Formats: sequence, C-alpha cells, structure tokens
Amino acid sequence: MALLQKILETGLSTITDVLPIVLIIFGFQLLVLRQRINKLKRVLFGFLYVLIGLTLFLVGLEVALFPIGKLMAQQLTDPGFIKQAAGVVSGSLQWDDYAWVYLFAAAIGFSTTVAEPALIAVAIKAQQVSGGAVTVWGLRVAVAVGVAVGIALGAFRIVTGTPLHYYIISGYVVVIIQTLYAPRMIVALAYDSGGVTTSTVTVPLVTALGLGLASNIPGRSALIDGFGLIAFASLFPIMAVMGYAQLGEWRVRRNLHRKRRLKAARDNDDY
Amino acid sequence: MEQLRVFAGSLLSSFRDLLPIILVVAFFQIFVIRQPVPDFGRILTGFMLVIFGLTFFIRGLEQALFPIGESIANAFARKGNVFWLLLFAFALGFGTTIAEPALTAVTAKAAIIAAREGAIADDKAVMANYALGLRLTVAFSVGVAIVVGVFRIIRGWPIQYLIMGGYAGVVIMTFFAPPEIIGIAYDSGGVTTSTVTVPLVTALGVGLASSIKGRNPMIDGFGLIAFASLTPIIFVLGYGMII
Repeated sequence: MALLQKILETGLSTITDVLPIVLIIFGFQLLVLRQRINKLKRVLFGFLYVLIGLTLFLVGLEVALFPIGKLMAQQLTDPGFIKQAAGVVSGSLQWDDYAWVYLFAAAIGFSTTVAEPALIAVAIKAQQVSGGAVTVWGLRVAVAVGVAVGIALGAFRIVTGTPLHYYIISGYVVVIIQTLYAPRMIVALAYDSGGVTTSTVTVPLVTALGLGLASNIPGRSALIDGFGLIAFASLFPIMAVMGYAQLGEWRVRRNLHRKRRLKAARDNDDY
Repeated sequence: MEQLRVFAGSLLSSFRDLLPIILVVAFFQIFVIRQPVPDFGRILTGFMLVIFGLTFFIRGLEQALFPIGESIANAFARKGNVFWLLLFAFALGFGTTIAEPALTAVTAKAAIIAAREGAIADDKAVMANYALGLRLTVAFSVGVAIVVGVFRIIRGWPIQYLIMGGYAGVVIMTFFAPPEIIGIAYDSGGVTTSTVTVPLVTALGVGLASSIKGRNPMIDGFGLIAFASLTPIIFVLGYGMII
C-alpha cells in the first residue's frame, strides 16, 4: 500500500515536471507554428509512456537503489570500517587507507552512468546521426569510464582536502588542449556528454558518498566539501569521449598505415 | 504476439542496462561490507520497477520526445522566423529548469550554507528569498544557454570557441567569487539537465542542424546541453559575487 502511495505521489510530481514542457511545446505548435501535430495520438501515448516510465523508474530507484546505495556509502566511509579494512591499529588515517572508497566511487559512478536514461537518449541520437561511427554502447562506456575516474578523483580530493578549483581548472586546461587535437565531429557531442551524465541515477548516490566522506573525516565540512563531486562527474566524461574518438581515429590511421606497409612489402616481393 | 515479443526484448535490454549496478552492489555487499542486506524483497521489487520504468521511458522517447523535437525544429526552419525560434528556445530552457526538483533541493542547501558562512542573515525568509533568487538565476541562465546554442546552430559557429570562452570566464570568476558559492556553482551546471529535457533539446538541435542548409548534424547539432551546463556556473558565480 505504501508502495502504491509512493507511485501516486511520484507520478504527480513527474506530471508537474513534464507539464511545463508539454505546455510550451503544444503552445508553440498551435499558436506560433499553427500546424497540426503529426500522428497526434501516437505522440500523446508517447508522452504517457514517458510519464509512466519516469514514475516507475524513480519509485524503483527510491525503493531499491538509493537506500542500499546510501547505506553502503555510509558503511564504507565509516572510520571504523576503514581502519579495519586498511589494518590500521592506531594513529590517524592516511589517504591510501581509503582504497575501498575509491573503488566504490569508481564502480558506482560507472554503473549508474550506464543506466542513466538521458545518456541513453543522447547515445541513440549520436548513433543515428553519425551513421554508426559513434555507437550507443561505445559512447555510454566512454562516458561511464569518465564518470568513474571523475568520482574516484573527487573522493580522493575530499579525503586529502585539496581545493576543488585546482582540479577543475586543470581539468578545463586538459579539455582545451584535447579540443585542439580531437576530430571535429566529436567535440560538440563530448561537451554534451558532460551535462547528461549527472541526472536521475547518479546524483543522489554520488551526493550521499560525498556527504558520508565529508562528515566522517575530521576537518571537512559536510556542507562545503560534500559539494563538488558532481562537477567532477561532468568534467571527466568530456575528456573520456574526446579520448574515445581520438583512440578510434588513431586505430584507423594505424590500420591504414599497416595496410600500406603490407602492400608495399607485397609490391616489393613482386619484383 | 509480435508486440509482446518486442516488449520482452526491450525489458531484457533494460535489464542489461541495470546489470552493472546490480553487480556492483552485490560485489560490495558480499565481499567488502559482509553484512546482511536489509529488506531484500523490497529491493527486488524496486529493481523490477526500475526495469519496467526504463523500458516505458525509452518507448516514449522514441514515440514522443524525439519526433516532436525534430518536427518543431523542421517547422521553425521552414518558417524561417528567428525571433520565434529563439523565444521558443528560451521558454524551453527556462520552463524546464524552474520546475526541476533537483534544482530546488540544491538551492535550498545553498541557502543553508550561505547563512552558515555569514553571507546572508540566518533567517527563514531571507534564506527562502536567497534560494528562490538562485533558482530563478539558474533557470534564466539555462534559457539563455539554449538561445545562444540555437543561435550558434543557425550561424554555424564552431562550438569550441564559445565553450572555451565560457570556461575561461568560469576560471577567472572563480578567483573573485566567495568560496562558499564555488562548489554550488560547479554543481548547478550538472543538475539543470533533466531526463525529459535532454532528449527533447538534443532532438531540437539535431533537427535544426539537419534542416538548415550547410549545417552538419554531428558537428553543429549537438552542444545545446553543453551550453545548458556551462551558463549556470557563470550565472551562479555572478549571483554569489553580487549578493
């Protein structure tokens, strides 16, 4: 019964979330563009599916993933657990005693990103538009790897207490340099993937991890240091996606090179 | 029968999308934390809901969000009225962000931080005001972002100069902004782009780039989301500096 009530409540809040979008779209369609919507019934059912889907998705996350994910984040950042796992008997903890935390940060960053619906949407579009040069799974895995590295590094930052903007600014510098060398067609998509990684699934878990870490380490403020993980999760996918394209380009070039060399060798044999 | 098979196939692929999470949770529970999982049945139900939800969402995405985004883009491109297109872009950015629950949560937290750090008075009304101001700022900045992004697609400007210029602005502003706003500013870029907005905006951008002559959908069509995650950082840093 509690579940049913939760579904109704979430459904209602999803409707308020989607309603402005629907109003804007239909308002412009009817008043400005003055055109009938193609296959109206199909589109309306589509919006209904979006509503149902998003509602069930959010309720499911709240019932299953968030409680256990947050509990795990708490348990893993508990000083008692870390001392025991690292074998520290006395004295204060060093940054390398937090190995499980970094691993968990990376793993949860990767896996939640793969399940992120907004990323799936962008990946589907990217595969359509690029004619298959960018694949749905290729993009999703590249972005997920970026988020994994980003969140792990973000956890490391909270543990060591180094200022956030050092990381972000050096990250931007790397992005700028990569932009100069990356294939042109990937640049816009790479920038986009920074924004899509952090929506429904990733944010609550990552925030829980950040807050858990910041409140358990002496000298960190949960309010100030707990923020910032999302920034890491939006920055590193940009690098990862450009890297993915650069890797692909490099492999194509290497194959071409190898083929040419083989051909040259064969031509030599002919003589 | 056929439809049932398609549905089962989508369910399976949703399950595949969720599998990494299940594996990560299971691994850490069994090998690292080694404590019994509370409420196992509840968690199982939840995962089922997530799988069904994702399946429905993807279906709706392909049936409503993508086609409607594209058809609006085509209609505007045919009509050729830039003013209405930009107004639509602003409305879409502003309207979808102001209603975003994640943003409401972040701005409320930001008000608490600002009060604790002494930037504003520790008073309920002042804090609510601060949070609302922040929310409006972010929503406005996303509206501006979509406008700039759409204008870029029309003109065919290369995205990197705009984005790099924006980043440079962020870096410079970071040095002058009050420290308590920096983390929030960086994070606000991430919370603006919701699950419904992203597919719609992506379809709009790609649709525009495909219907305007001389634009390449891959090079010019993407990038709207990037603007929507960049401008809130700039605007929130600015908000922190002014208040």
